[in-house]
Amino acid sequence: MFKWLRKKDKKETAEVPEEKKLLGKFKERLSRTREKLKEGLGEVFVIERNVDEKFFEELEEALITADINIDTIKRLLTPLRIRVSQGELLKTSEFKEALKAEMLKILSLEPPAFPPEARPAAIFVVGVNGVGKTTSIAKLGYRLKKSGFSVLFIAADTFRAAAIEQLENWGKRMEIPVIKQKLGADPASVVFEGLKAATSRQIDVALIDTAGRLHTKYNLMEELKKMARVAGKAVEGAPHQNILVIDATTGQNAVSQVKWFKEALPIHTLIVTKMDGTAKGGIVLTLTHLFKIPISFIGLGEKLEDLEPFDPKAFVEAIIP
Amino acid sequence: MFENLSDRLESTFKKLRGRGKLTPSDVEKGLREVRLALLEADVNFRVVKDFINRVKERALGAEVLESLTPAQQLIKIVHEELIHTLGETAVPLNLSGPKPIPILLVGLQGSGKTTTAAKLARFLKKKNLKPFLVPADVYRPAAIDQLKTLARQVGVACFDTQPDQKPVDIVKHAMAEAKAKGYDVVIIDTAGRLHIDEEMMNEVEEIKKAVEPRDVLLVADAMTGQDAVNIAKSFHEKVGLTGVVLTKVEGDARGGAALSIRAVTGCPIKFLGVGEKLDALEVFHPDRMASRILGMGDVLSLIEKAQEAFDIKKAKELEKKLKRDAFTLEDLRDQIRQMKRLGSLESIIKLIPGIGNKLKDMPFDEKELVRMEAILNSMTPQERRYPKILNASRKRRIAKGSGTTVQDVNRLLKSYEEMRKLFKQMRKKGGLQALARNLFGM
Repeated sequence: MFKWLRKKDKKETAEVPEEKKLLGKFKERLSRTREKLKEGLGEVFVIERNVDEKFFEELEEALITADINIDTIKRLLTPLRIRVSQGELLKTSEFKEALKAEMLKILSLEPPAFPPEARPAAIFVVGVNGVGKTTSIAKLGYRLKKSGFSVLFIAADTFRAAAIEQLENWGKRMEIPVIKQKLGADPASVVFEGLKAATSRQIDVALIDTAGRLHTKYNLMEELKKMARVAGKAVEGAPHQNILVIDATTGQNAVSQVKWFKEALPIHTLIVTKMDGTAKGGIVLTLTHLFKIPISFIGLGEKLEDLEPFDPKAFVEAIIP
Repeated sequence: MFENLSDRLESTFKKLRGRGKLTPSDVEKGLREVRLALLEADVNFRVVKDFINRVKERALGAEVLESLTPAQQLIKIVHEELIHTLGETAVPLNLSGPKPIPILLVGLQGSGKTTTAAKLARFLKKKNLKPFLVPADVYRPAAIDQLKTLARQVGVACFDTQPDQKPVDIVKHAMAEAKAKGYDVVIIDTAGRLHIDEEMMNEVEEIKKAVEPRDVLLVADAMTGQDAVNIAKSFHEKVGLTGVVLTKVEGDARGGAALSIRAVTGCPIKFLGVGEKLDALEVFHPDRMASRILGMGDVLSLIEKAQEAFDIKKAKELEKKLKRDAFTLEDLRDQIRQMKRLGSLESIIKLIPGIGNKLKDMPFDEKELVRMEAILNSMTPQERRYPKILNASRKRRIAKGSGTTVQDVNRLLKSYEEMRKLFKQMRKKGGLQALARNLFGM
């Protein structure tokens, strides 16, 4: 859903002689995504009408389709229902703006500084299998390097076949060194060795790639705790930031993911990946509502530059066009 | 994965169970709970609507309202409709016709295609077929290496894909090689792609045209939310799916995606991915899954698993020995080895009716089994046969040899003693339950 947002950003910054022409192109590119969006939240607001029970019913359904959790829907709609009962927001267009404002209230959390101040800054990137941890690390590395930081990758996913090679591959492309051991090695020892290397090479930021683990696996979550403990032994105060990666396509299970990862490690911030699909990513609202954890970045594609700082306003505009 | 949904339904029906006859409004109330539970389980809301309507139509008929056990009746209807939605019977892979048989795996990024490809290869190898793995993902760094590594682990052949080849050429060459070398099934692992990425979707369409696969399987993450419907629909329209593999089912996702995908494409779910290990692939049985949703356990899957792993001859021997009270540490080691073959303890325990839910959060240390086997391996055959000869110095040697402590060795011996006692009791009572307790409660 976010592809068009990014294009819009570009449009604003680039020098555009013929605004109209570009807008046409832009519309064309987005027609599909737009259509999908209309199916969900847009549709409810297409025709201006009175706010009544039938409207609420449709709206609730649309919010569910966006993967927003029932509790969050209550949180969003309860204050608005009160206002409606007091004779405000009786037209859908007014209601729409008020709903956006409620969403913004939930989403407006300040993400932690990136990168954190410590040197070397040790950053753990964690999450369930297949959410895009390694790709996100590559993108973060690219971003850091472009802003002049020295970066080191630590390949602590010693479980998945070829995970180390995948990270090495990215490292090679960006000339970022990778600390690794063999497949099946103790990940905690990779972390220790990696952070020691980061210290001796005076690296600014060490990004630690961890194996994908389902949050319900007790042993794997214990392993994660151990890795964090060992990190603290290698570098004072490490890990300085723990990033949980969430796939935007995920449904309500994302709540469980955050809950259990939080039990193992303090989660400072989230990266939400695959925002370029048709999933509306409403889970973002639910997670910030329930856990008050800010979102730092969103992933918008497979290229290195496809990682954008999360912009709550743009998100709300995208979910309710 | 469905456990949460079954909890929910159970509490709903408990409320209903407390009453005698139901009124239509009671049924409505019950159905509202079911609806909410399904939505929270990520079932697409349109699919939920249809489902509820079907259940309602039947539930408001005489069979529920007139019944003396209305809740039971309602559960029965929900159960039947669940089976109906999930598909009536298990649908196997289409392995008929001339060989080699191409199978195409498609799906979004990170859904688990590569792992599934390797699991399928293992599954087919166990059925005495010769599978051939083909990495056709030239985009994700190291994806090819990943499949080649997994192929080695499974012990099957893998096409030597080069990263600069075009996917369509890769699959053509791979098919030719499979034909020449006499492989039975060609499993093609494609790159993860977004269903709205036209260029990539055209590519997968071309691949399909080039190999004319007998099966096109959508690999989908059980944690997928409402969008599962759009994803499945797009892939189905473009490449004509014949089935679905649902992955990461061992987590706590409620797996509503399964219902959604099935409802929107009509394609059967053929397999479930239930873990990271390569044997963690299960054939999908709609009726069993429906039972699991309703918390009735899945005994059939358990029995099948056990049959696959247990050596019948050895089991018979063990039975004889138990009768003679001659259960030695040697036998214990055999048992541990068989348990390890059975797969992860967690996935087994989930199948046992009534237990799955209760033990949900209990940690199972599979390393314990490895440790136990190591201790047993460090004993001499004589020691294993006559544990009585184990004195302090022997125990120290065993602890050293297995990288454990004397306490660990003692603990193992203590459990062994308890087991022997248990077997003794069992001989008296002859209970199967005691055996089950021993097998699964160590």
